[in-house]
Amino acid sequence: MSIERPDPEALLARVKAEEARQHRGKLKIFLGAAAGVGKTFAMLEAVREQKADGIDAVVGYVETHGRAETDALLQGLEILPPRMVDYRSTALRELDLDAALARRPALILVDELAHTNAAGLRHAKRWQDVVELLDAGIDVYTTMNVQHLETLNDVVAKITGVVVRETVPDSVFEQADEVELIDLPPDELLERFKDGKVYMPEQAQEAVKNFFRKGNLIALRELALRRTAERVDAQMRVYMHEHAIGKAWPTAERLLVCISPGPESARLVRAAKRMADRLGAPWVAAYVETPGQLQLPADVRDRVTQTLRLAEQLGAETVRLPGEKMSDAILHFAHDRNVTKIVVGKPRRRLWTRILIGSIVDALVQGSGDIDIYVISAEREQQGVPQAPLGRRAIPSDWAPYGWAIAVVAVATGAAWLTLPFFGLANLVDLVMVYLLGIVVVATRYGRGPSLLASILSVAALDYFFVPPVFTFAVSDARYVFTFAVMLIVGLVTSGLAARIRTQAEAARQREQRTAALYAMSRELASTRGADKLLTIAIRHISEVFRSQVVVLLPGPGGALVPAEGGQFTLDSNELGVSKWVHEHHQPAGLGTSTLPGAAALYLPLQAPRGPVGVLGVRPADRHALDAPDQLHQLETFGNQTALAIERAQLADEAQQNQVRMETERLRNSLLSSVSHDLRTPLATITGAATTILENGAKLNDRTRRGLLESVREEAERLNRLVQNLLEMTRLESGALQLRKEWHPLEEIIGAALSRLGKELGDRRVETRVPPDLPLVPIDDVLIEQVLVNLLDNAVKYTPGGSPIRIMATSTGEAVTVEVADHGPGLPRGEEDRVFEKFYRATPGGRGAGLGLAISQGIVKAHGGNIWAQNLPEGGVAFLFTLPLTGKPPASVPADA
Amino acid sequence: MPDPIVVLIEDEPQIRKFLRATLEGQGYRLFEATSGADGVVEVGSRQPDVVIVDLGLPDMDGLDVIRRMREWTDVPVIVLSARGGERDKVTALDAGADDYVSKPFSAGELLARIRVALRHTAGASHEADDAVFQVGSLRVDLLRRQVFVDDKEIHLTPIEYKLLTTLVHHAGKVVTHQQLLREVWGPSHTEQAHYARVYMAHLRQKLEAEPARPRYLLTEPGVGYRLAAE
Repeated sequence: MSIERPDPEALLARVKAEEARQHRGKLKIFLGAAAGVGKTFAMLEAVREQKADGIDAVVGYVETHGRAETDALLQGLEILPPRMVDYRSTALRELDLDAALARRPALILVDELAHTNAAGLRHAKRWQDVVELLDAGIDVYTTMNVQHLETLNDVVAKITGVVVRETVPDSVFEQADEVELIDLPPDELLERFKDGKVYMPEQAQEAVKNFFRKGNLIALRELALRRTAERVDAQMRVYMHEHAIGKAWPTAERLLVCISPGPESARLVRAAKRMADRLGAPWVAAYVETPGQLQLPADVRDRVTQTLRLAEQLGAETVRLPGEKMSDAILHFAHDRNVTKIVVGKPRRRLWTRILIGSIVDALVQGSGDIDIYVISAEREQQGVPQAPLGRRAIPSDWAPYGWAIAVVAVATGAAWLTLPFFGLANLVDLVMVYLLGIVVVATRYGRGPSLLASILSVAALDYFFVPPVFTFAVSDARYVFTFAVMLIVGLVTSGLAARIRTQAEAARQREQRTAALYAMSRELASTRGADKLLTIAIRHISEVFRSQVVVLLPGPGGALVPAEGGQFTLDSNELGVSKWVHEHHQPAGLGTSTLPGAAALYLPLQAPRGPVGVLGVRPADRHALDAPDQLHQLETFGNQTALAIERAQLADEAQQNQVRMETERLRNSLLSSVSHDLRTPLATITGAATTILENGAKLNDRTRRGLLESVREEAERLNRLVQNLLEMTRLESGALQLRKEWHPLEEIIGAALSRLGKELGDRRVETRVPPDLPLVPIDDVLIEQVLVNLLDNAVKYTPGGSPIRIMATSTGEAVTVEVADHGPGLPRGEEDRVFEKFYRATPGGRGAGLGLAISQGIVKAHGGNIWAQNLPEGGVAFLFTLPLTGKPPASVPADA
Repeated sequence: MPDPIVVLIEDEPQIRKFLRATLEGQGYRLFEATSGADGVVEVGSRQPDVVIVDLGLPDMDGLDVIRRMREWTDVPVIVLSARGGERDKVTALDAGADDYVSKPFSAGELLARIRVALRHTAGASHEADDAVFQVGSLRVDLLRRQVFVDDKEIHLTPIEYKLLTTLVHHAGKVVTHQQLLREVWGPSHTEQAHYARVYMAHLRQKLEAEPARPRYLLTEPGVGYRLAAE
């Protein structure tokens, strides 16, 4: 074997895995060959050491079985209260996962990794709880026995005769950061057992006695040692690979294991996994769906599904292959995928069947070429699971097709009878053909069962009606027996063939339907815009294809998941909790999975390339419809498409927002430069004037000095107004503007504004036209005074010295309109609206920051009114604003004479 | 008559500098304090004729200074406040201040307020001879209960007259809406601010040449009204 450079992709994956590991908690497993070797004891000792070093360690769940020495070790440790679950009049102690996650210690102890959780807990198995703890960054110490390993489960059963039901997937074991083997010589363990210090509560007394025999213990110890050594070996290989050391590098192997409906498939899968691990090769578990297989009873098909699931859990890729002949399908797949080794079970058929029909193994061996075939022995299961012989069909519940079969035979008989005058009895061949035609018709239309019936009936009819002696079942000539026999065989074969074609066509049609459904949804999604429309389309398709009610949950503004519009069922708080879990852990949960299986629906994470975008909730009409892995795969595919579409919509939104952001940036820059200029200019004047007086004080005459000081005062006021404006603008933008509306007579406010601007107005003529019966207006007087001051200030700034200003107020029943008009140059044509934009100035470089009108607009709008400008035909511009008369005016003031 | 004594409670040195120049330039005797606590002590020991307090003091709220002082003296208090804090001004006036100026203010404004404040204290001691109030073309004869504008008599309703005389009583000083309502309509009407406004509007119609640009009956938005005294 040549030294291969490590594949950069694989290295990158490893680096990423390393990074992930940094944030993940570290798992240390205390492994024992059997119960009673002292794992819990060792674990508690280790944690006490950690605690002495100052690590924040907490006991999550520990089973001491009342042993005094173990109990003593618990002293001084913080113990999380267990979660009590009621079960049939007892209360079970379970690990309180949520409390542990909330407590978030640095290290937590969780005894008995293989334990099955009580019903109602989030996960079905404790090892899943441990995985969640690790994902949250908490280190975990735990214990398990070698028999709890998934792949060794059957080996241990063979050794000890005791089947242990609780298993832990090998992946958890392999990904543990440390495994400490607690080894005890078998003699000592036996001593302990005799002293009554060993507890195996899930087993019956008899079984336990069988378990604790010296031979068993030795074998188990060897198993434990060997498994630990394998782990070390694997770690070494990883190390060597990363550092590109050494030559012991296997070339690319690939394993394929064939799953049959028989009960030995589970063993086969486990054996294949062990082999794949040793070879360091990826492996595939394949199940060939021949037409015969499609007619198996439901429980057998379920077993196949479960075996496929097991294979998937153990790390295999699973496929369902369509095919006529199992061996052909497998070989084809194997050659396609460059499989190097095929694992198959020993044939169970009797020898004579094999000779006649041939066995799968022989066919594989013949066609394998350079692929190795491994034939694993299949022993019968200890438990008596009834084996369904291959080929038994489900009991038909529908009698109509059989009726039709009889009818067709009757028609054939009639047709044959009609041809009698033409062909005569001698040509039995033709009659046989007529019946065969009937059988084929029945086979293609009604399936195997009815066509078998048709075959038998046809032979009987032929015998009864056409073979001499007629109208009896007796046969005059022996060669007719031969005819019957051949006809029956032909009939059977034809019906078999036709039935196969039918079921295959059905299977192909179903597959095509699925693909077509996916294509249809993809196409519709691709041509749609808008997140809610996309969701409606996706929900419709998924619910049609999978005959379920569908809901999509998307993260809301606070980050919490919220059901989107168009969902077909509502979620109660439990279901929302499940969906939240799915979103956080990126794994499916709910109906049909091993996490929270009691939920009413299945929840899948919607993963897009950038990350999770939400959760898909599916509630099938038939609770078990989604159990098969391939259904789940299909659903996931639909989910992926949906996730992609959602992400696309999000990206489109983001692009738009970026546009808006750029605009805002532009405006902000404009503000900065404008403010900078407008603050510096008056400051420059003030500094200049003041320093001039200081430097040249005595030399200046009184008038000049007075003039300079006037400049200082004016510019200071200008600065003041600018600062006011900026503050007002900030308040408006941040929404901190609070209106204190009261009913005011408008002229009062106008008067206040005019007196504030007394100086600027100078000796201009200001004409005010306010009708004395103008109703009171509900306004914030300070703010509306501001508006008037801004408008008047503008009028003063942009009109020549003595030009007059007019203020008018009128009332329609619904609002009061105020107009401030001047006789200046007016606004540039077309700019009447732009005037209200921030920083806009009619003459570029004009005085003031250009905020006054924007602020006025903000204030008027906050009052529910409108403000606009219009050039006057006689010259000048008028600014008008409305103040709605909403609300109830106060009770009229009692008149007094 | 001895020069009036002014106590200034202000922490900002630049403001003290120019106020010193202004007040001493007018001939007032000035004593300064840079914190509220010191200020209260100064007021107690100097017995001033007018006190100027900045609302934004470092150690204690200007309001507390006013309240403390009001426990044992009626000396006129003028507050210096930042613009935009109308509420603060009203609170200060309700707590016992007599008038206010908003920063930034001109020296002339402050001096005018001080003059008004001094007049009122002086007026309190001289009393009843001031039966006639005159400003510009407005004349109010308090004895005969007659009001003249440009020597033409104007007829006022009883409430309008009461309103006017209340303002005359506080001539030159700002009067909050609350104060007006209390003094004209009585303590149970403090919620109906629009009463005061409507009657003020009537007064303006009757007394002002241009009601929308009043010369005497000035409005201070958010705070109250002021009758010009000069």
